[in-house]
Amino acid sequence: MTFGKTILTPLLYVNRTLKGWALNTQEYFGLLARSLHALLTRPFYVRDLTVQMDVVGVGSIGIVLLTGLFTGMVLALQSAVEMKQFGATIYIGRLVGASTIRELGPVLTALMVTGRAGSGMAAELGAMKVTEQIDALNTMGVDPVRKLVVPRFAACLICLPLLTMITDVIAILGGLLIAVVKLDLTMELYMRSVYTTLAQNGFLFRYVPIDLFGGLLKPVFFGAIIAITGCYFGLKAAGGTEGVGRAATRAVVTSSIFILATDYFVTQLLIALLIE
Amino acid sequence: MSDDSLDSWDSLLRREVREEVRKALATLGRAGEDVAGDERVVELLGLRLAYGDMMVLDGISLTLYRGETLCVLGGSGAGKSTILRLVLGLSYPDEGQVLVQGRDITHAALEEVLALRRNMGMVFQQAALFDSLSVYHNVGFYLHEHTRLAEHEIDTRVTEALKFVDLDPDQVEDLLPAELSGGMKKRVGIARALVHRPEILLYDEPTSGLDPITTRTINELILKLQRELSVSSIVVTHDIRSAFRIANRVALLSGGRLVFVGGPEEMIASEDGYVREFLR
Repeated sequence: MTFGKTILTPLLYVNRTLKGWALNTQEYFGLLARSLHALLTRPFYVRDLTVQMDVVGVGSIGIVLLTGLFTGMVLALQSAVEMKQFGATIYIGRLVGASTIRELGPVLTALMVTGRAGSGMAAELGAMKVTEQIDALNTMGVDPVRKLVVPRFAACLICLPLLTMITDVIAILGGLLIAVVKLDLTMELYMRSVYTTLAQNGFLFRYVPIDLFGGLLKPVFFGAIIAITGCYFGLKAAGGTEGVGRAATRAVVTSSIFILATDYFVTQLLIALLIE
Repeated sequence: MSDDSLDSWDSLLRREVREEVRKALATLGRAGEDVAGDERVVELLGLRLAYGDMMVLDGISLTLYRGETLCVLGGSGAGKSTILRLVLGLSYPDEGQVLVQGRDITHAALEEVLALRRNMGMVFQQAALFDSLSVYHNVGFYLHEHTRLAEHEIDTRVTEALKFVDLDPDQVEDLLPAELSGGMKKRVGIARALVHRPEILLYDEPTSGLDPITTRTINELILKLQRELSVSSIVVTHDIRSAFRIANRVALLSGGRLVFVGGPEEMIASEDGYVREFLR
């Protein structure tokens, strides 16, 4: 009896945990599928979309500017230390440009927006859930996915690439500042170096550098992750104010991991499809 | 205290409650359940629902007739609020059906469920007003969402609804829910539920957490809604006094089963052990 119980208890635990994961995964992708469907079909909540674009987009400009500026500056500074040894400081623009446009711009922007807007979505929807406001929406014949999730989803899809562009520009300018002020490079030399790196992988439709295209495609995926993860944990919140806090934390952690993992796979895909 | 003296206390209390019911019915000028018609508005058929090992509803069958107020009584965790969630299609039973105006909401597609819900109004326990919207936009929410009424028409309807629940539109319309008292929130919740003139109103603990005077006001409001707008209502509560004041019929739940369904006077006359225990 005791032996049976000892064997059975961990097995039951594993069984329950696996089922829980499977169910959560199904619900997560179910929400994504419903949001995509609702995004393309009526009714549209245009006013809610503009409000969310203000929250996600305009509201994040400040932190994105600061993040971009300091990232660009520190990249230039760090690489200068190494490159000086080989007398290669003229390539600093290439380094700053490439790493910002390909990776740091999209990823850092997404992580900052996750911390700011993703957690906010989870907390707001979570609070609505635990105070029965989501049920109230349902009872009034309004689909919470259309009314609450889709405007946030669409706002993230639109705003993330725009915010990433801002980060890219500011980071490159931050690098320029260090290059000119501390490393005595000319502005022209630095910018030419940035351009070289943009052009090195070729162009799409003749004018769009492939690196820039990839750098602006990633934020679309990241935007979807931020919105769906934030809304998913918000809508699943239970257990009063504590549940709301838990939802916000889980949203940020999960979304950050998903962003970094997706970044790898999208990069791999872009290299395979466009560069190789 | 001896058993005899306990019994005499029991009978004294029961007499007091019975007296209260008589008074309530006399004030209304009606004789118990004859307000209700024969038409079935909501039917719960053999509902079973379990959360894990816990059986919440165990074979519940209950009917709401047109124009009546049905109070569902029961202790905490008896499954009362679950019944409202099932009627609204927010939860699904493991077994059984919920027919709303003849249509099975448990097996309907989302669009049909949303359409069925538009004929119902729900008053939530904590009012569940939208935090970010003013009282005006909370009450007018349904009309903004589902109708093409001009803003001045919506304004008229919102004003009417607020006046119906004895609130001064000029004073409260621009306030946010956080600026309202508990009783006012409940009243705004009722105004929001009735603004689109639904045929069915569902109340989840409408008087819980309110002082006796506000409780009476809310009860009078529920009666006024039935009298003037002829809505059919299900009121979930554990407040026996309120239930007897407003109900045409009372259903008592215990352990997921219906222990009693009938008029308030029948309930008082019932010899069932649990009913007597509950009324005590």
